Formats: sequence, C-alpha cells, structure tokens
Amino acid sequence: MNVALKVEQLSAAYRKTLVLEDVQFEVEKGSLTGIVGPNGAGKSTLIKSILNLHPPVIGKVSFFGEPLKNVKRRISYVPQRGSVDWDFPTNALDVVLMGLYGQIGWFRRPSRKHRMLALEALEKMGMTEYADRQINQLSGGQQQRVFLARALVQNADIYFMDEPLAGVDATTEKKIMETLNELKKQGKTVLVVHHDLQTVEDYFDHVLLLNRTVIAHGKTEEIFHEQNIERAYGGKLHIFRRGEENVLTLQ
Amino acid sequence: MEANCIFFEGVRKMSLLFSSNLQWVMFSTMILGIAAGAIGCLSYFRRQNLLSDALAHAALPGVVVAFLLIGEKNMLVLIAGAAGSALVGAFFIQWITTSSRIKEDTAMGMILSIFYGAGIMLLTVANRTAGGNQSGLDTFIFGQAASMVRHDVITMAVLALVVIAIVTLAYKEWKIFLFDPEFANGIGLSIKGMNILYTLLLVTTIVIGIQAVGVILMAAMMIIPAVSSRYWTQNFGRMLILSSLFGGLSGVFGTLISALGKGWPTGPFVILVSACFFLFSLFFGKEKGLLVVYWKRKGQWKKLRTASPDVTPLMTKGVK
Repeated sequence: MNVALKVEQLSAAYRKTLVLEDVQFEVEKGSLTGIVGPNGAGKSTLIKSILNLHPPVIGKVSFFGEPLKNVKRRISYVPQRGSVDWDFPTNALDVVLMGLYGQIGWFRRPSRKHRMLALEALEKMGMTEYADRQINQLSGGQQQRVFLARALVQNADIYFMDEPLAGVDATTEKKIMETLNELKKQGKTVLVVHHDLQTVEDYFDHVLLLNRTVIAHGKTEEIFHEQNIERAYGGKLHIFRRGEENVLTLQ
Repeated sequence: MEANCIFFEGVRKMSLLFSSNLQWVMFSTMILGIAAGAIGCLSYFRRQNLLSDALAHAALPGVVVAFLLIGEKNMLVLIAGAAGSALVGAFFIQWITTSSRIKEDTAMGMILSIFYGAGIMLLTVANRTAGGNQSGLDTFIFGQAASMVRHDVITMAVLALVVIAIVTLAYKEWKIFLFDPEFANGIGLSIKGMNILYTLLLVTTIVIGIQAVGVILMAAMMIIPAVSSRYWTQNFGRMLILSSLFGGLSGVFGTLISALGKGWPTGPFVILVSACFFLFSLFFGKEKGLLVVYWKRKGQWKKLRTASPDVTPLMTKGVK
C-alpha cells in the first residue's frame, strides 16, 4: 500500500478537555475518504490537528512519509464555509487567487499567468460568470464552489475538506462530487468531513468512522455497516432496513 | 464696523494658519491620519476596534513614567515609554483571555480603565515634581498638535511612513490574513508572526498619534475612517486608500480648526471632522448608504404595487 497519510497516537484537546484520543490510521494514496461521525465527534478538530492548525497534545503525523513542514505545498485545506467573513470586500477571482499566494511568493503581485490559472479553476467549478462577483453576493453553494476552485488551483497531492457539502444546493453537490472523483482519478488523495450518512456509500470508497477516536476505518463496503455506525453514533441512531435500502434516523 | 473687525481678525488668524510651524504640524497629522486610516482597516476586519482604544489608553502610564525617568520631554523617549506600556497592556489582554474564563471584550475594558487610571495618577505625581507643571504632559490626554516642534514632527512622520510602507508592501498577505487566517496558515504564512506584526503596527500608530490627538480619542482616528470607507467600495485595496484619505484629511482640517483658538485641543476637532466624513458616507455612500438603500427599497415597492394594484399590502410599516 502506498501511504499518503499516516496518523499515530494523536490526541487533541480544547482547553483541558480531550476531544480526540489516541487516533490512529493510514490513508492510501489515491483514495477518497469520508470522515463520518456524530456532532462533537472531533471531525473538524482531527483535520486541524493533522495540519497543525490546532496543534495536537501528542501524536505523530506524516504525509508521504515526510513531516508536515516538508510538504506544505503538496497539501490543500478547505475550511468550513462558515469559518470566514463573507462580507469581506473582495470578489470570487480574488479568493481563488489566494490559493496561489504560496506559489506567487510573499510580497509579490499575482501575474497574468496566475489570473489565467484562477479563471481556469473557476471554470472547472462552473463559476466563470461569477469571477467578478462580490463574494457577499454569492449563494452558499457558489461560495463553496469558490472555495473548491481555490483548492484546485493549489494543485496539491492531498486535500482536506471540512464539510464541503454542508448546506449546498443539489447542483453544487453534484459538481463538487464530480470534482472530487476527478481528483481521485488523477491519483490525488482526498479526505472529506461528511455529515450525511445516506450518501456515504455512493460518494466515498473509504470511510473513517470517528467518535473521539477511530471507531472503524477501511473500505466503505467492508466497514460501513450497522454495527459500526451504531457504535459511532451510540444510541442516537436507528437503522431500518427496507428492502435494499437503509433508512437511518437520528434521535 | 463690527463685521469689519471680525473680518480682520479672521485674516490675522488665516495668516497664522500658514505659519511654517503650523504647516509642519499639519503635515504630521496628515501622515498620522493616513497611517491610522490604513491600520483601522486591518482592525475593522479583525473585529478588534476596541483593542486600539484599550492600547491607546494603556499608553498613558508609559508616557509619564518615561518622563519621570529622564526628567524632560524628549519625544522619542516618551514614544518608547508609551509603546512599552501599550505592549504590556496588549500582553495582559492576551494573557487574561487565554488563561482565564474572562472574554476578550471584558479583558480590554479592564486593561483600558486600569492603565488609564494608573496614567492619571502618575500624571498628578509628575505635575508635582519640579518642572512637571510646565512639562505639558496633560496634552497627551486630548492631544495638542501645536505643542509639537519640528523634531517631534520628523520622528512621527518617519514612523508613520514605516507603518504605511509595511501595510502597502504586504497588502496581499494582510488580505489573506484577515479573510481566512486558517487557510493562510495552511499555505505557510505564519499567523502568529502576522499577529505580532499587526500588534506592533497598531501600537506604533497609537504612540505616534497620542501627542497630536491624545490617548482618549486616538482609537477614533483608526475606527471612523475605516467604517466610513466601507460605505464606498467593495474592494479591500480601494478601502485602504479611501480610509487613509479620510484619515489624512481629518488630520489636516482638525489641526487647522484647532489652531484657530489658543490652547484648543487637536484630538476632538480631528475626530469631529472625521465624524462628518462618516455621516456623509452613512447617508450618501454607494455601498448600502442609507439613502441608496431607501431609494432602492422604494423602487421595489412601487414595482410590486403597480404589478398587483388590487392587493392590499400586509406589510406597511416603514414603507412610504
């Protein structure tokens, strides 16, 4: 197995409360993994700890066998849409350009070439006509697509996305999943925090079930079954089997 | 006859206005206004407008302690003292927020009043010392641009230019730092470093401004131009420029007006001019200025009503 990400004995805390305990897993290169678990399971914290945005209390993380500081350029992070101030005075193209800042170099201005790259990424997300649009005039789905375009332009090898499908319209959801599958086809590794249990089987080839620690991790068809989901969600979940279809209800 | 008298009095004052010292002072408040306007935009999007107020007040004890130590009014030393105590204030705010249950706004409120109180107390002590009465340290409360000599002006202008240069050079970095700090960190921009730089710029701007504008009103020099400029543009770069322009003009006109009377403090006049810019922007600004919003809304209602004249509107409140 070609390992893209290896997390060992990672624990993370807010103030003094542990929110993640002894998290351990490996992610195969070229896989599309859904990180799934109940509210407060530590999904976002896991991503932030892996990327040292929220430094873990303890734990070792390596990307392609190397520590974070050697591979920063090969990593792309898409924060939750709600984590930024969308009233900031800037337009969609400008936000996408931010993905190129590392490449442009500090204190330098983006060139025409960078602009072209940013426009290309917007086009891939079906957002060409909104390039000059103020970001506060975009719908939630469009904002998320701008974030995705910004990630695409980084041309990274491993992508971390925090709930990119939360509160977006159906068209955007489809577009984002197409893009993620495209990335996977190109051999990139993608990890996505996901909240909708119904779509997990359709969207991801691997699943990481999380609730403060790893409940189960592996190929979706092997580990995404009732017992594991119930273990992750505790008693809050009821699963009814109706023919071929699973119906999940949260209590 | 009387009108004539007033006229000549006016002329006399006008000529006073263009004396060379005043020109120097106006230049310094202008460049201060430009720097403060730019830094204000950063504070605006960091949602830390109150921090500038807290740090300005926290600068006062440093000024007095520096004076007591060296016994004379040397601008550079007083500035260093001011910067020192403002940074101590900043450190305490940070420390209180991270190590106790007290939230940032409360911490700022506490530091502001405690440091200011200590400053006033020290000021009474300094005024009792020999030569303390003549020191003119009181001007640091409301500001007195006219009390500045050429040497002070040069110190101030150089520091203000450094602030302006750093904001301009790292324009792109400030933008991403303000809009999406986590993403910025992901691509290798040190957020800790940017935070430190931001605090240093903020403190520098405050301490070079307090002699001219005073610790009480210094924060307004950063806050008001930034909010005013927000009413005119949806582009961060243009907002920076406009805010600096408002700040610079407020500095110039405020100083001019305060020079008309003997012993008039500069700070309040600068802020009042700034407030005029704000009121104008609030009503006439093209980005959600009150009048623009009003006309737009009125047009929409009119359209709705002509489209369906028979329907009685359910919502009439606030509609004309």
